[in-house]
Amino acid sequence: MPGEPPRTDAPAIEVHDLTVAYRTKPVLWDIDVALPEGRLIAIVGPNGAGKSTLLKAILGLVPAVTGWVKVFGEPYEKRRSWVGYVPQRESVDWDFPTTALDVVTMGLYGRLGWFRRPNATHRDLARAALDQVGVADLADRQISQLSGGQQQRVFLARALAQDARLYLMDEPFAGIDVTTERAVLGLLQGLRDRGRTVVAVHHDLQTVADYFDHVVLLNMHLVDSGPVETTFTKDNLTRTYGGRLTALSNAAEALLERRPSRPKG
Amino acid sequence: MNPTVVILLVGSCVAASCALVGAFLVLRRMALLGDAISHAVLPGIVIAFLWFGSRSTWPMVLGAAATGVLTVFLIDLLTRTRRVRSDAAIGVVFPGLFAVGVILAHRFAANIDLDPECVLYGEIALAPFTDLVIFGVDLGPRALWVSAVILAIDLVVVLALYKEFELTSFDPALATALGFSPVLVHYVLMSLVSVTVVGSFEAVGAILVVAMLIVPPATAYLLVDRLAPMLALSVAIGVADACLGYGIAYHYNASIAGGMATATGIVFVIAWIASPRHGLLRQFLGHRRLRRSFDAQIVLLHLKDRTLPMSRDNLARRFGWSHTRIDHAIATLRTDGAVDGDDAALRITSVGERALEAAGTAPLAHEALP
Repeated sequence: MPGEPPRTDAPAIEVHDLTVAYRTKPVLWDIDVALPEGRLIAIVGPNGAGKSTLLKAILGLVPAVTGWVKVFGEPYEKRRSWVGYVPQRESVDWDFPTTALDVVTMGLYGRLGWFRRPNATHRDLARAALDQVGVADLADRQISQLSGGQQQRVFLARALAQDARLYLMDEPFAGIDVTTERAVLGLLQGLRDRGRTVVAVHHDLQTVADYFDHVVLLNMHLVDSGPVETTFTKDNLTRTYGGRLTALSNAAEALLERRPSRPKG
Repeated sequence: MNPTVVILLVGSCVAASCALVGAFLVLRRMALLGDAISHAVLPGIVIAFLWFGSRSTWPMVLGAAATGVLTVFLIDLLTRTRRVRSDAAIGVVFPGLFAVGVILAHRFAANIDLDPECVLYGEIALAPFTDLVIFGVDLGPRALWVSAVILAIDLVVVLALYKEFELTSFDPALATALGFSPVLVHYVLMSLVSVTVVGSFEAVGAILVVAMLIVPPATAYLLVDRLAPMLALSVAIGVADACLGYGIAYHYNASIAGGMATATGIVFVIAWIASPRHGLLRQFLGHRRLRRSFDAQIVLLHLKDRTLPMSRDNLARRFGWSHTRIDHAIATLRTDGAVDGDDAALRITSVGERALEAAGTAPLAHEALP
């Protein structure tokens, strides 16, 4: 594994005046946000709010109409090796003829560059990453034979193998069982405790305050961004979800009451 | 060289190179793009032929590769407008280009030895009779050289870019994030497909080449679960199809291209039925075994909750089962020692009770019984 990357004083992610459109339909409008290093950060907002698009724009997967993104003070292209990406589970074909170990090894391809092939060392790294997420025994399984939770773990292992400083995850908690959810949360907190930054698109408002340190509230526009304690408020949630929040506001209130008992991470 | 040997070698090289690049078309769900390219390269071949004024191979291969890439580019262009879906875009682009090729060939090249029939249907039977001559040295059959060189190109590129092909096929978003350009890799693959398709025209022609591109990889996909074995098996199946196809054509004194395409179909159907993992037979047997074990369990459950024994006929009536079905279930249970008594008075044994407990099945509630 490469050593600790040199420190920078720049925020993990800095987004300035970012507007993204699919054809003529804008998805993100003039987003200005800076995300601090070493935090667990949730991106929250209703369907179609542009949450995934924001991640993809940071990674350069979708072009920006205007604005720029910097990762640790530099354009993403210069920081690729610092960033690990966990796409939505449904974004790939799980019937592809490949094994869990092969998929995790793909996380190391960026380090290899063009033409070079992975060798035994890389496969050992991949195996160690699978071990970290608790599915080392499934290394040689064809990926369609894995359960949803196991597939999510394989995706996480692939990101871990990248040994990145910033992780961008598209709904890492979607469609997994309670055991896996706890395991995934443990992993993310472990990363945060080692000074890594995790930015995750998150759907479950009930768990935002328990799982994350920092929240970005998004609904095409940036509603607010900041520490969960001060930003994840009923007022902000109403502004993010509009009238649709009635059912959810009770949940938010319950959380605000519960927060004082939450141990500080 | 013996003509039969030449035909078999050319056919094998063509089949191997088609299977190798075709495997990635299958995995990327772009099988029809192979069909499109195989037709749309015609104008490229004719223009190269007219430009260089000869039927020498390499200008034609390059002309075809250029048109192949143009085809893919035009299809992408149409798809990106989002007003034309990708299947419709394929349907718009390739007949258009192919038609231009047909007109060019008939108008300018018909009388000078470029036979559209030959491009469409292939004429591998003629392969042994045209030799490659360089500086007056006869190097043997030209078709064999061409197909071997194309196979070598495919092998070198696929081996060199194996990791890139794998990553961009499985997860293009990650590939982009890691700095590998899926678009670049896509065009490299499409250039390979174009070159390969032209090389195979002499063997099987533009219409049937798609069978060589798609069917052997689709067959291998049914049989193995990893990429490298799938590529190797695709190539092996392709070669076997070519040889089997020649045998069929020889036996029935029919078109060799037709024989080869038929062979790919036969081998595919065999794999589809008999594949040990995903085959129809396996599915059928699996379903049957599952159903029988359910049947046996249901009978056990009913016997368990009765103080009095039940008869076979009574059970069959209760479930609405045929006599064969109830007899199967009873026979299975007797073999396991889970029931005893004759057909008129069946009773669950202690073995049967333990089996039910082990299966974790909750006993049926009495009110649920008819």
